[in-house]
Amino acid sequence: MSGLRIEDLRLTIGRSEVLKGISLDAPGGVITGLAGESGSGKTMTGLAVIGLQPAGSRVSGTIAFDDGDAGVPNLLDLSPRAMNRLRGRRIAMVFQDPTASLQPMLSIGTQLTDHVRHHLHLDKRAAAARAIELLERVRVPDPENAVRRYPHQFSGGQLQRIAIAIAIACDPAVLIADEPTTALDVTVQAGILRLLRELTDDLGLAVLLVTHDLGVMSAVADTVAVMRFGEVVEHGSRYQVIREPRTEYAKELIAALPHTPAPGAGVDDEEAR
Amino acid sequence: MTARLEIDEATVTYRQPGRRSLTAVDHVSLSLEAGEVLGLVGESGCGKSTLARAVCGLEPLASGTIRFDGEPVGKLGLRPRESRQRRIQMVFQNPYASLNPRRRIGAQIEDARAVAGRDAAPVERLLEQVGLEPAVARRYPYEFSGGQRQRIAIARAMAAAPEVLIGDEPIASLDASLQARIASLMRDVALEQGASLLFISHDLSVVRVIADRIAVMQAGRIVEEGPTDRVWSDPRHPYTRRLLAAIPIADGLGRLPAEA
Repeated sequence: MSGLRIEDLRLTIGRSEVLKGISLDAPGGVITGLAGESGSGKTMTGLAVIGLQPAGSRVSGTIAFDDGDAGVPNLLDLSPRAMNRLRGRRIAMVFQDPTASLQPMLSIGTQLTDHVRHHLHLDKRAAAARAIELLERVRVPDPENAVRRYPHQFSGGQLQRIAIAIAIACDPAVLIADEPTTALDVTVQAGILRLLRELTDDLGLAVLLVTHDLGVMSAVADTVAVMRFGEVVEHGSRYQVIREPRTEYAKELIAALPHTPAPGAGVDDEEAR
Repeated sequence: MTARLEIDEATVTYRQPGRRSLTAVDHVSLSLEAGEVLGLVGESGCGKSTLARAVCGLEPLASGTIRFDGEPVGKLGLRPRESRQRRIQMVFQNPYASLNPRRRIGAQIEDARAVAGRDAAPVERLLEQVGLEPAVARRYPYEFSGGQRQRIAIARAMAAAPEVLIGDEPIASLDASLQARIASLMRDVALEQGASLLFISHDLSVVRVIADRIAVMQAGRIVEEGPTDRVWSDPRHPYTRRLLAAIPIADGLGRLPAEA
């Protein structure tokens, strides 16, 4: 089974210790949620995995990436060149704001295929076919026309679907999703969460989902790691962490939410128990 | 009891070059009583922010009226606004943009206190109300986090002794763990001073915690309005039901919210 095993991950920027020895398993086919307030280190953990931590930061520990037949390298030991070969191909990322993460001046088709052609050495025709296939996969309507259009011609939800298509274009094993639905309306968010679940199950992705929204966490994450001040204070199944939190901090975090179920939302609480 | 704020068939249209004009707010009628919290919810583009801007005179009405204590609210122009209407105050979405980065917090609150005249509360008292130390007054906005800045923006709005406080997505840019806290804070400080609160948000689950009544807006129209508990437990309009069903619930059960 592919996936990530993080051990004693430390990250320091200047004198401040942003990550203080994180250990976490994120196996394939599983959405591992990272929860916590801003400044807890959840985003930095995701960035360290894909090697995009801020310039000048020092990282130590182990991020073992089990890439099947390709071996189990510690990502922190790889040369920048070797990391470049993995980034965007085997390890991909989706960011919070798709209007910022997509290039406004390039067509969707170009953005979907540039890295595919680079990493997988596909010719133009094969890459164009792959672009359309990807847009179908993430259910962007009318893919043949969509590849010729530009980011400003799409809604936020469609753009996030496109960003996800770009991320999965080279068939990655690991996907970092940092607040992927925070900029979206709830009804649009619901669609993206379904897509994320479906892709994880179908492609066997190891997903690291960074979100401050415990409702989102509860909907799609299989396990939840609660972070605070650069440490994982609690990690368990979503049910255990959300319903029976063991640490004081996790209890507080959950108590801070207006999370009483809405009646329109399906099974009611009684039934669920 | 007459309503403090009476919105009657208000319509706001935007001209779009080369295209049909867009009706952002379409014959909306709403009223806000003294000491009441009204939550206005809807998705992006539904016109809720435009309505808020119209209430404080930042958008001209194409038709209809907005009355504050019986007097029509005019479009804000170059001349100073009629002093009575300065008792409508607004807290904006982005506290990084709404506070002046080059002036001390205290000076910015003093400006708002001038509006209140004799009714003005002392700066320390205003800061204390939003959970900040008096020493904050000597500092600059950049020294504060998003949540703290929004507290400062609330203190500044309250310094003008408003009778109607409007929050236009005041919690959207904040951390989830802070959102409910800041929303409740806004309710508390408004009611303590006897102001009414119009709280605008796309997040029904937060609005539910603080609002007495909820109005749901879709494509420029109010599709449903009623007491919070009723709207939450017995939503009547299909759109309200859709919105409620899409909220993911932190119940640990892995249920995917319904897609629209």
